[in-house]
Amino acid sequence: MQENTAMPDQLNLFQRIRYSIFPGTLQRPAYRDRYRNFFNSLILHFRPRNVQQRTLRFTLTWGLGGMAVVLVCMLFATGLMLKFVYQPVPDRAYESIIHLQNNVLFGQLIRNVHHWSGNILLIIVFLHLSRVFFTGAFHSPRQFNWVIGLVMFLAVLTSNITGYLLPWDQLAFWAITICTGMLDYVPGIGEWLQKLIRGGNEIGPATISIFFAIHTAIIPACLLVLMPWHFWRVRKAGGLVIPRRPDEDEDSEDDKVPTIPNLILREIVVALVLIAAIMAISVIFNAPLEAKANPGLSPNPTKAPWYFAGVQELLLHFHPLFALFIIPVFMLIALVSIPYLNYQTDTAGVWFASHRGRRMTAVAALTAVIITPIGIIADEFVIDFAAWLPGQPSVVSNGILPAAIVLAGISMFYWLVKKKYAATNNESIQSVFVLLVVAFVILTITGIWFRGKGMALIWP
Amino acid sequence: MKSEAAPNRRRFLNIFWIILGGVAVAEFVAVAFAFLRPAKSKTPGENTDLIFTAGAVERFRPNSVTAFVRGKFYLARLEDGGFLAISRTCTHLGCSVPWMEKEMKFACPCHGSAFDITGNVLEAPAPRALDIYPITIENRIVKVDTRNPIKRSAFQVEQVVYHKKKA
Ligand code: HEM
Ligand code: HEM
Ligand code: FES
Repeated sequence: MQENTAMPDQLNLFQRIRYSIFPGTLQRPAYRDRYRNFFNSLILHFRPRNVQQRTLRFTLTWGLGGMAVVLVCMLFATGLMLKFVYQPVPDRAYESIIHLQNNVLFGQLIRNVHHWSGNILLIIVFLHLSRVFFTGAFHSPRQFNWVIGLVMFLAVLTSNITGYLLPWDQLAFWAITICTGMLDYVPGIGEWLQKLIRGGNEIGPATISIFFAIHTAIIPACLLVLMPWHFWRVRKAGGLVIPRRPDEDEDSEDDKVPTIPNLILREIVVALVLIAAIMAISVIFNAPLEAKANPGLSPNPTKAPWYFAGVQELLLHFHPLFALFIIPVFMLIALVSIPYLNYQTDTAGVWFASHRGRRMTAVAALTAVIITPIGIIADEFVIDFAAWLPGQPSVVSNGILPAAIVLAGISMFYWLVKKKYAATNNESIQSVFVLLVVAFVILTITGIWFRGKGMALIWP
Repeated sequence: MKSEAAPNRRRFLNIFWIILGGVAVAEFVAVAFAFLRPAKSKTPGENTDLIFTAGAVERFRPNSVTAFVRGKFYLARLEDGGFLAISRTCTHLGCSVPWMEKEMKFACPCHGSAFDITGNVLEAPAPRALDIYPITIENRIVKVDTRNPIKRSAFQVEQVVYHKKKA
């Protein structure tokens, strides 16, 4: 018994310090193992001890959830560093970024990593959402985790928007002017909400400090709560959905393997590759910085940040009340309700629900790819309800009427595919989801690359 | 008797505590909102620098538009000599609209809205005419009060200010 513990006075200073921190390593090998187990179970806190072998397949998750975690960690690390240099007041913000880039060692690199991580995170989270949807991982018991995920999606989006203003250059100032200008169209409380968020009538000192507080305190705090909750729910659901072929039954075949090293190793590989990619991008491409914000001069064209380009494109075709309020709110409600609809079958684990579901997905995507550009071009050059229906308020001619036409189109599509393929409602709902998502992606692409001066359609 | 009263009392106390907790949370939310509401400046006279002296009536040609960068407005003098102080903030999403001298219109660079010299919408997506500011003309000096923009759906003749009564 006695030889278990080495005598402290036989140790030098460094050893004494070390053992004071890690007393377990002082022990015999057997005790060391126990100690190592303790560390492992720290890692295992949010994970089961064993995972289903088949959920380890890369083609189930594509590593997307793990990538999101890595990016959030990088954002926290670089964001905290930026906070030491950045000064959130209009007269100093832009100058502090210039100082950061020119005088601070690695300043430009840290800013680039933060910029690219933030933007790429949004894409990764969107892809993660898509993979969760298409593998049917939102069915019970994962219903509420879908909702938690959506809240995190909104948090990441808010983080990107609030971060966008901080450099206080022309790009930032006008993009945020437009984004907060959109609030004006929320019925009833819009003006109040806009004032609250801007901290006044216009974008100014109050806006920066509000955005800075949201960006560097409120959203990080929310994420710190939501992320562990999200992972814990994954664990509570008994791990990830088990991937299976469409004709395969949900079997409870138990082929579990230990999480360490099987899962951890895979996660580390994904993380390292991702970090290397972000570093490479950050070395090659600088985060944009234009001239200092000038409230008197709007650049032409002034564009919203890329993730709002789709909404901005909607705005060119619909009355603002519809483009900025009714359609987005409708989309949000639709997204939240996805796990709570009544489904005929439980398709958890099957990519695109079934063989038929795969075909219908392709059809829906193709339909959107054809119809959306036609719609955009027709509305730009041919359709002009406002002129055709003189005397009607523009809420009718540019809002209710086109929205009704689009809604009718979507309903018809739903009805047609359901009829044609004799589909279950899992498959029909999925194809409407695909139709809308692909249409939105095309609107976004149009807004980013096909809009030039005065928001005219151009060929890039 | 006692065995029945105790759970009842406990339930009552539980509910009582929950209600108290709810009140505390509501108070905190109310304080937070009051805290975050944009503060009104209390110092009198601080806002007087928002009343701009644009200049003498003669300085402005009829059918012309003069920009006041610091005041963030345009002074438009219409063909008949009347004045309008027009906000430079686009009613669509808030970009600053420049005046196009040659085409005689305000053209918003952001989403292509255009407005005529009275601020009326020439081209959508802007949903309504540009805001205006109240004008006073004393001793042929034009003054513009930029504290509170006036929202309007379209231009109306009553909005025009003249330096003398029209005959
Ligand atoms: C910051 C954002 C997010 C992070 C860091 C995150 C992280 C993760 C991770 C690490 C997993 C484990 C498996 C995997 O990699 O797929 C996971 C699973 C899951 N996530 Fe997320 N996620 C985020 C956003 C979302 C969003 C936007 C949704 C959906 C709206 C969502 C819904 C789910 C669901 C339902 C699962 C369980 C999937 C299954 O059981 O197969 N998450 N998430
Ligand atoms: C989900 C997490 C986050 C996202 C998506 C995000 C995103 C962004 C974006 C897009 C910018 C603008 C960068 C640019 O283009 O110039 C930015 C700036 C900034 N962020 Fe974050 N951020 C996140 C977390 C944080 C955290 C946790 C902090 C600090 C506590 C932070 C501090 C800053 C600072 C100081 C800036 C201004 C410096 C600059 O603009 O380069 N961020 N962020
Ligand atoms: S802000 Fe002027 S047209 Fe959109």
